[in-house]
Amino acid sequence: MDSAGHDIAATAPTGGWLVEMRAIEKHFPGVHALRGARFDLRAGEVHALMGENGAGKSTLMKVLTGVNQPDSGQILVEGRPVTVPGPRAAQELGVSIIHQELHLMSHLTAAQNIFIGREPRRMFGWFTDDVKANADAAALFQRMKIDIDPRGEVGHMTVARQQLVEIAKALSFNSKVLIMDEPTSALNDTEVAHLFAIIEDLKAHGVGIVYITHKMDEVKRIADRVTVMRDGETIDTLPAAGTPISQIISLMVGRDLADASRAEGKGGGEEALRVVGLNRGSAIRDVSFSLRRGEILGFAGLMGAGRTEVARAIFGADPIDSGEIYIHGRKQKIAAPSDAVRYGLAYLSEDRKRYGLVTPMSVGDNVTMASWPRFTSASMFMRDGALRKTAGEYVSLLKVKTPSVDQETRLLSGGNQQKIVIAKWLLRDCDILFFDEPTRGIDVGAKAEIYKLLQGLADQGKAIVVISSELPEVLRLSHRIVVMCEGRITGELDGRTATQESIMTLATLRPAAEPIEAQ
Amino acid sequence: MTNTVLEQAGPSRSGLFTVAAMQKAVAFVVLIALIAYFGVAAPNFLTQLNIVGILQATAVNGVLGVACTFVIISGGIDLSVGTLMTFAAVMCGVFLTNWGLPMIFGVVAALVSGALCGAVSGIIIAKLRVPPFIATLGMMLLLKGLALVIAQDKPIYFNDTPNFSVISNDSLVSYFLPSFEVPNGVLILFLVAIAASIVLNKTLLGRYIFALGSNEEAARLSGVNVDFWKIVTYALGGMICGVAGLIIASRLNSAQPALGQGYELEAIAATVIGGTSLSGGRGTMLGTIIGAFIMSVLTNGLRIMGVAQEWQIVVTGVIIIAAVYVDMRLRQRT
Repeated sequence: MDSAGHDIAATAPTGGWLVEMRAIEKHFPGVHALRGARFDLRAGEVHALMGENGAGKSTLMKVLTGVNQPDSGQILVEGRPVTVPGPRAAQELGVSIIHQELHLMSHLTAAQNIFIGREPRRMFGWFTDDVKANADAAALFQRMKIDIDPRGEVGHMTVARQQLVEIAKALSFNSKVLIMDEPTSALNDTEVAHLFAIIEDLKAHGVGIVYITHKMDEVKRIADRVTVMRDGETIDTLPAAGTPISQIISLMVGRDLADASRAEGKGGGEEALRVVGLNRGSAIRDVSFSLRRGEILGFAGLMGAGRTEVARAIFGADPIDSGEIYIHGRKQKIAAPSDAVRYGLAYLSEDRKRYGLVTPMSVGDNVTMASWPRFTSASMFMRDGALRKTAGEYVSLLKVKTPSVDQETRLLSGGNQQKIVIAKWLLRDCDILFFDEPTRGIDVGAKAEIYKLLQGLADQGKAIVVISSELPEVLRLSHRIVVMCEGRITGELDGRTATQESIMTLATLRPAAEPIEAQ
Repeated sequence: MTNTVLEQAGPSRSGLFTVAAMQKAVAFVVLIALIAYFGVAAPNFLTQLNIVGILQATAVNGVLGVACTFVIISGGIDLSVGTLMTFAAVMCGVFLTNWGLPMIFGVVAALVSGALCGAVSGIIIAKLRVPPFIATLGMMLLLKGLALVIAQDKPIYFNDTPNFSVISNDSLVSYFLPSFEVPNGVLILFLVAIAASIVLNKTLLGRYIFALGSNEEAARLSGVNVDFWKIVTYALGGMICGVAGLIIASRLNSAQPALGQGYELEAIAATVIGGTSLSGGRGTMLGTIIGAFIMSVLTNGLRIMGVAQEWQIVVTGVIIIAAVYVDMRLRQRT
């Protein structure tokens, strides 16, 4: 292990490896998620795990916590080779994870949540011993130096306190390894400081902490070492103290694709869409931008930056608090997706199976779904002959690989499913298209085809927004790039001159912390 | 590189179709097996009188099952079909007996009141976002109460409308096939089922019903006016319950306001036995009709064999669980 030489080893309380993961391979259908990834953790250290969305951080941790099984590779816990067949086994090995989305039962008390599935019993095990559960929970909270009522209902607590309950639950398993996935995403500055104090305390007790984050300032504050992942590989492990932020960013984005092909063409006729002062709770804050015909506008940012929310709000899928939308120069009110479709807007969700397709229905039905009334006779009967013929034309136009238009959509590959969603909107004559992660779950060959398709659509005068977490994709497609962070637009870049570094800098530009009311 | 896009070499005939076909076949085989068993075990089972009795008994439950099938495929549930049927029958009685209007008004009254009640359920579900189970549970009780109020707690007889019994009891078929005494109620069942099957498979409404039940959010994001089509679905279901109301009122020559509760569960059972998925998006009218016949053949056959009514109910419960279990296993296989 190249990182073994770092001097941090001398400062670790036990010196030995708590966890070692070697040459972990994992394939999902169509995706090579982990390519010989490695990771290690010492007792009493905070090891930050960084990388772009889709780099493999979560998958690697799912392998460690038994949620996913690796295809090959080796896991050692305290020097012993182990297998982790399930989450239960991970708990027994002393490995706990605190997810970004907390997994608590909101109607149960803190103590009930902590001891769920292993409640203390009394009276020959027939009754739960609430007194003991509450006392044990109180003892845990005391050890963490926090003031939480074990009998308090979790649903009534702030997110920060819920997170502390999760940490207490992890500690109650005598966890030696604690994985925290973006623990500060819902916390204010005071709460973050409190969390970090608890992390320091855990370190002092010899707990090893894997800290998954996108936030550079936190890495500097709390981490001892940093491991950067990219495309399923472990790129490097570095000491947090001596490494400049710019070096971590360039490891995250890689250089190989930075100067690949760029968007061509003029990218701009008259204005097709203008959004002014869009607001929705804390998810969208004062977002304004415009989009021209023939242009591909990239929306870059980290997960949770608010890009999908903006697209959904414009499309009428979610209600907005305020904001104006101008379509082809005219102010329009969009209250529901059916309004948006009437004005020629289309939204292609990142989650095709959930929001884009009715997968048990046929290819033909899905291609024509937004246009069914057009394939209906005056007596409300479907003109299935015409429907299948038109669907067939679009299937061959977009080169969808399917045995026939009668094929069930769920049996097609991701790339072909994406083409079906695109065909649906082209058939509906939509000219303002929002693509949310257009190539997620699609393999490399099909990706290139989708790129060509998008560029072709722009050349035909369609106005296109591409939301993507893959920076090379944004750079390759976009004429202009809007970068968002925490619900705000933090900058706009020219597609020809932007770099992954310049996007990343804007994407991690946290707006000045604002006061969030204390509990 | 594009060749790396590996296609699953799926059959051109969709897997769903195969499963649906198998499910229908399973239900059909069960029905034939039951008939064969009772035919051998109970000498009186295959007499014409008894067969007509079975057909009669299936008519109401079958029509209600058709109503349920629409709603359930759309991803909803309708617990009000039984009392809605009764309410429609009472409205028919009000128009014919209380007001003395010609028979056609009574028929229209039953169908329109059914459709309106269904539309109200649909509006509560689509616009007020009350879960279908709760909305139609409330509707079930509301309509039961209203029927009793309107009929003043006693049956409304159709003695002034002598032709009314023709709807269910006469046999139009026997005019053409003299020895084939299929009561009109059964004829209506088959006509309703065929029409429903066409609506479900050949019309825009049918296509939206499948889309709603398979993936409502995807349909909404495709610009489909989801609320409107949901309301139409419940209204259609309600109108079909009105048909059932006419059949049962005609057979009893009266609108019985206290009747109705309990029919909804039998109708849902027929739908489920026939392979319609309670989670929506999947089902056939033929399956529901077979399901309704399985239930009435079972009840009738067990009764003829002298099995106590209590045990008939027990067996019916077992059949429902077994049917859904088989259905789930068949689905897992694809």
